Amino acid sequence: MRIVLDPDLCQGHGVCQSEADGIFVLERKATTVTVLDGTPPEDRRPEVEAAVRYCPTHALSIVEED
Amino acid sequence: MTTTVGRREPPRVSGGSGGHGHLDELRTDPIGLLERVRAECGDVGSFRLGDRDVVLLSGAEANELFFRAPEEILDQAEAYPFMTPVFGEGVVFDASPERRREMLHNQALRDRHMRGHAATIAREVDRMVAAWGDDGEIDLLDWFAELTIYTSSACLIGARFRDELDGRFAALYHDLERGTDALAYVDPYAPIESFRRRDAARAELVALVQGIMDRRAAGPPASDDGRDLLDVLMSVRHEDGSARFSADEVTGMFISMMFAGHHTTSTTASWTVIELLRHPAELERVVAELDGLAASGAEVTYQALREMPRLEAALKETLRLHPPLILLLRVAKEDLAFRDVVVRAGQMVGASPWVSNRIAEDFPDPGAFVPDRYAEPREEDRANPWTWIPFGAGRHRCVGAAFAMMQLKAIFSVLLRDGELELAQPPETYRADLSKMVIQLRQPVRVRYRRRARLGDRA
Repeated sequence: MRIVLDPDLCQGHGVCQSEADGIFVLERKATTVTVLDGTPPEDRRPEVEAAVRYCPTHALSIVEED
Repeated sequence: MTTTVGRREPPRVSGGSGGHGHLDELRTDPIGLLERVRAECGDVGSFRLGDRDVVLLSGAEANELFFRAPEEILDQAEAYPFMTPVFGEGVVFDASPERRREMLHNQALRDRHMRGHAATIAREVDRMVAAWGDDGEIDLLDWFAELTIYTSSACLIGARFRDELDGRFAALYHDLERGTDALAYVDPYAPIESFRRRDAARAELVALVQGIMDRRAAGPPASDDGRDLLDVLMSVRHEDGSARFSADEVTGMFISMMFAGHHTTSTTASWTVIELLRHPAELERVVAELDGLAASGAEVTYQALREMPRLEAALKETLRLHPPLILLLRVAKEDLAFRDVVVRAGQMVGASPWVSNRIAEDFPDPGAFVPDRYAEPREEDRANPWTWIPFGAGRHRCVGAAFAMMQLKAIFSVLLRDGELELAQPPETYRADLSKMVIQLRQPVRVRYRRRARLGDRA
């Protein structure tokens, strides 16, 4: 799985960091989140899916890689 | 003169032959005007507001262009002249785009603060409900407007400041909101009653805040964990030791911080009550959901607040049908094109949540209250990110949207746990007041309540 962030949409709420710490990080002064691990291991899928689902601006999506 | 080859000007909607173009219609029947632009002109059409053209975009493709445009191209600063006398000169919309972005990035709205806010909001609803008798009547707009003054001041400024407020602050704040007549596009200080009351209310709010600041300056300092934003602002000093911020400036900051979340949340809460009471089967499902959560021992916390699909669907459908802002505006800083239509620098550009939220292709049976449209697999909000726009969309999407949804859920968790409501007026008499840019409800907006026994106390 590959995480795609739409920087036009992200407002830096940090919900994704709450859901999947270590994969996303919101720096203190940042206005958008940083994806630390764009291709996280499969066992973190539930957290990443929660981050995508609860993102208040729908800025995140998952692309499945073969 | 610049010409753009092969491009045409946006078609102009009918009407608007008065002295200020379509201004009078915008002040009396804005929905009629906005709907007619789409009906006559399609996804892009224009109307005349004072000495300016407003190019109204609607539909997914046009809205995406609107919402993705950076502030350097579609600027908000000049688009809302009716706000300057409310906030005061130099506050918020007068700042540069970069500064605004930083300010928008209000730390208090970050996700990690939401759980604390949920508890604060529940406590404020408890305090308001505690004043109820066993049964009685309330005016929804008055009640929610006062409640959301307390919740927003407690969450955004701090508990210490909130505890110094009472109903007077809410009443004055209401006069500010009523002072947003679209006539401001021609003259924000025109001699009309609502502008006079606006300016008097702002002066009284400054006096109120001055009184609070004087008492704090004379009294003992707050404990470290009791300090609020006002304490922090009062502690900022010039090099010569004098205070950096006057009461006028502090009041302007507080008014602006609270503004976006106030009338929007109070009118949405009011409409949610009305729509649920008009649709008893939906109300029953929402109450059952909340009772189920309460029975499982779940506190009114952020985690519990997320897992309320019935209430969330009812709130979303209320927002779709009664968006608190019906016209979002920007000013074009450069020429831009939509398909073969050109928008000129200097023209205003608008998107309308009212019009887009009711596009029948995206929202079947658009005028009906159907919370089921948010259930899987329809999920019409997620499926239509550029036309389901009660909070706007894209980079300009309301930064307080998550806070607002959490707040509304917290309010209804307590309200429907502790009270049973019923309409006190014929259902069709609950109507929007569209005479100002800040939309409210036409008063009276009365409902009856009866206190409900707490779940543990029920047989």
